[in-house]
Amino acid sequence: MGGDRMPVTQNLYFYIDPSRCIGCNACVQACTECDTHKGYSMIQLDYIDRANSTQTIPVVCMHCDSPTCAEVCPAHAIKRTSDGVVQSARKPRCIACNNCVLACPFGIPKMNTRMELMMKCDQCYDRTSVGKLPMCASVCPSQALFFGTEDEITRLRPNSTPINAFQFGAQKITTRTRMLVPKNNVPEQLDVLSAMYQPTIGNVIEEDLLLDTAMSEDSYA
Amino acid sequence: MPEEDSEVLSVAPDGRPSQDQPAWRRDFPLDWPEDQYRSRREFVSFLMLTSAAFVTGQFWIVLIQSWRKAAGKPQVKEIASANELAVGQAKLFEYPRPGNQCILVRLSDTDFVAYGQKCTHLSCPVLPRPDLGGMHCPCHEGWFDIRNGEPVAGPPRRPLPRVGLELRDGKVFANGYVEGVI
Repeated sequence: MGGDRMPVTQNLYFYIDPSRCIGCNACVQACTECDTHKGYSMIQLDYIDRANSTQTIPVVCMHCDSPTCAEVCPAHAIKRTSDGVVQSARKPRCIACNNCVLACPFGIPKMNTRMELMMKCDQCYDRTSVGKLPMCASVCPSQALFFGTEDEITRLRPNSTPINAFQFGAQKITTRTRMLVPKNNVPEQLDVLSAMYQPTIGNVIEEDLLLDTAMSEDSYA
Repeated sequence: MPEEDSEVLSVAPDGRPSQDQPAWRRDFPLDWPEDQYRSRREFVSFLMLTSAAFVTGQFWIVLIQSWRKAAGKPQVKEIASANELAVGQAKLFEYPRPGNQCILVRLSDTDFVAYGQKCTHLSCPVLPRPDLGGMHCPCHEGWFDIRNGEPVAGPPRRPLPRVGLELRDGKVFANGYVEGVI
């Protein structure tokens, strides 16, 4: 792992394995050290059910093939470089309108109001574009964040399959970043919103506002 | 810069290929290389339009000058009585049309000067400082000589437009701008 790599970023992919995450926050700290993040951490450690479980998920940018953040940007500040990485907003163009922050299905863009600039996980572009690991993947002790080739991941994770198709309401998303799922139960796509319909441990969803709204919208149609 | 046959990297939300997308998608691509790319046709039309704008601007200047000449000399207007101002005092007036703010300053018993109040740098109103012998623009610390309106310090490079004055029967009349300074 790590060390010297050929600067061929085209074949290197980001793999997230939530089942391996131990919630140590090392990635959050390492992320601030990246030169393209201006000292701010762009990774987020999500707690699944904090009261009852220690399970966490590191959330990095999925680098969508049809980036919603860039689609909704009224100033055309968010661009995708030719290697498929969706970059932070370009400072001369960003108008700090927060559209991307609200639109992203994964909650990746972060608005820095003091700098009036949206910054997001850009896969540590200064590092990965020259073949180095992103900061978070370089420190992750359990390899929940892995950056490498497809060959490496099939060799290292024989029981997992990478998946890069997601469902967000009516929106289908394919991404460059892959999520690892158990090999014995591979879904066609991962539903980003499914957790909203699953009661957390020891809790029952009594009132489903989202479903009610969806139903009433159907009746309008 | 992308080659002619380069594939567009990002996919539109409806998933259709780029040639089926509306024109605005090609004008505002999501991919960095396409966004940076300027075609020869775009560059040439930019050159053409810019030079056309310059040419139009030149004609516009000529037109404005001829309009000014056609309007002739502004009429004589009474602006103050001589006794109204003590030495070193100033009075605002509008000349030749309402809205063109000018300022009249009494320098001595017999000397009056009047200037358009717009600073020739960025049009801030200038303030008379007869005690310091100048007209002061506080915006960027511009100074003009109070006797002839010439710029002496700060960013202004052109003199203040000077209003011609005439002292008759104890009254001060404005009779047009002094030639060559407007």
